[in-house]
Amino acid sequence: MTWFKRQSGHLDTSGEKKVRTEGLWVKCEGCRQIIWKKDLEDNLNVCPQCAKHFRIDARARLAQLLDDDLYEVFDSNLVSTDPLKFVDLKAYSSRLQAAKKDTGLKDAIINAHGKLNGRPIIISAMAYSFIGGSMGAVVGEAITRAIEKAIELRRPIVIVSASGGARMMEGVISLMQLAKISAALARLDAAKIPYISVLTDPTTGGVTASFAMLGDLNIAEPGALIGFAGPRVIEQTIRQKLPVGFQRSEFLLEHGMLDAVVPRKELKPYIARALDFMVQAA
Amino acid sequence: MLSMMEEHHPKKNGNKRTGNSGLKAQQELVRIEAQITRLQSMQGQSGDTPQQIERLNQRVNDLRREVASQLNAWERTELARHPQRPYTLDYVERIFTDWSEIHGDRGFRDDPAIVCGMARFHGEEVIIVGQQKARDAKQRIYRNFGMPHPEGYRKALRVMKIAEKFKRPIFTFVDTDGAYPGLHAEERGQGEAIARNLLEMARLEVPIVTTVIGVGGSGGALAIAVADRVLMMENAVYSVISPEGCASIMWRDPTKKDLAAEAMKITAKDLSALGCIDGIVPEPPGGAHTDHAQAAELLNTALQQNLAAIKHLPAPELLETRYRKFRDMAQFFEVEA
Repeated sequence: MTWFKRQSGHLDTSGEKKVRTEGLWVKCEGCRQIIWKKDLEDNLNVCPQCAKHFRIDARARLAQLLDDDLYEVFDSNLVSTDPLKFVDLKAYSSRLQAAKKDTGLKDAIINAHGKLNGRPIIISAMAYSFIGGSMGAVVGEAITRAIEKAIELRRPIVIVSASGGARMMEGVISLMQLAKISAALARLDAAKIPYISVLTDPTTGGVTASFAMLGDLNIAEPGALIGFAGPRVIEQTIRQKLPVGFQRSEFLLEHGMLDAVVPRKELKPYIARALDFMVQAA
Repeated sequence: MLSMMEEHHPKKNGNKRTGNSGLKAQQELVRIEAQITRLQSMQGQSGDTPQQIERLNQRVNDLRREVASQLNAWERTELARHPQRPYTLDYVERIFTDWSEIHGDRGFRDDPAIVCGMARFHGEEVIIVGQQKARDAKQRIYRNFGMPHPEGYRKALRVMKIAEKFKRPIFTFVDTDGAYPGLHAEERGQGEAIARNLLEMARLEVPIVTTVIGVGGSGGALAIAVADRVLMMENAVYSVISPEGCASIMWRDPTKKDLAAEAMKITAKDLSALGCIDGIVPEPPGGAHTDHAQAAELLNTALQQNLAAIKHLPAPELLETRYRKFRDMAQFFEVEA
């Protein structure tokens, strides 16, 4: 019995971290256990063994947070015009095409109306699978529209971040989205409408330096990478190894940058609780 | 690309090179200037020496103008980082009077990478906020190469709120390669500090005029640049990531920085064409580093004009115009059926 276990303990040390068995089984990057995919999905894509939170796509996020998986998507037809005609090793236009094909989305964001425990809310969920969830003109515009819609309808808004930051291929245009969204949030704040920012793995760069950190509450899933500069850049700048757990949710909580770290399955009740507090009975 | 980063390695790349700038014409200029000095020291050698000097001076100015008009994005980046380029306090000294610095964020420390203070602008009380670089090694470290920590941005916001309380206009000067990407900066919430400034600047009830005087490095620049008027000096650059950073991520090769600089559209002309800035401030022939006094004079004029245009607007109108400007900016998308 024992030798069985030892062997499997050594099996996984080689190869890439991201190798996943096709189909039914998934390897957890946290505890390196092989998990039956259905077990994982039944557990909201959180490892049943070590509670590692797997990245999930924007649609799965909406399904988890909104009642009965019922929601109405809006402003989903915006597409980038590739204003800089940016070409690096590959043309940005072809990267966009590929991302659209892979994800079935037009950019790295879904806006939706729905109900959370019966209360109408607006959710903007970022899609990390679309060019790293990067924010260009479309993401900036969609989030701004979601905020404006929240002001217009006086509905709470939840923005779920999952992004590497600004989209380099749109240059300074993506930078200006930070200002645009933050200005809209100033108006939301003045209108006293609740905004809960949910930071998920990863939330870095321009997204952290704008709307992700501007919620009435900023909450994060456990173990999410959250920061302004990426860890590699910091290592290169200060020329030393970074401490274990640096820029993870728990690290930010400890340093006073988050209001709470909330496990995925408690996310919906947590937001519902907060909205109970924030929304005055009409 | 996956993490939008204020990637910067001051010792490894651009900054080191700018000292012996890669601009060939620049070297030619230096040669002619040396010739002029030599001619001037050879007094009484020949009757036409003054004319020769005059001719050479003419040639210098022509050459500088020519060079300036043909610079590509990377060469402009080098100019924007030129160590002899005027920094915030160089302009403050030449354009403003009665400068009185205000220090500290009231929370952690005073960040010397951002200077803030009261001053008079043609007799009028104003607040100044700007990133500050330095020239010698010791000062550079003191100023952290002009790369602020969160407390720098928090100081800036605190001082801008003082301006709002006492209804004084704000001038900000942007000159940073980016917010500092360090361990302590992250611990103290670099992202939050920048984000807070963006939100608060959008609703400050006083006129704000921003000038990118050198390098506008991403979020670290924008954090003091949400203004009614955003100007760029002719040779300044403003980008979402440094050309080196972009090159090492998108080309996987930091030496492709010239390609990255070109592709990202980072010059004043580019930004103006994209509608992301409100005006370009001319520089002396050859760049601001050749003549600080003249550069300051040109900036002075631009600041006066831009402040005059907005300072009589009532606060609600000012805020509405500022909001609309950023709201309608950079809308490069289309609606697909």
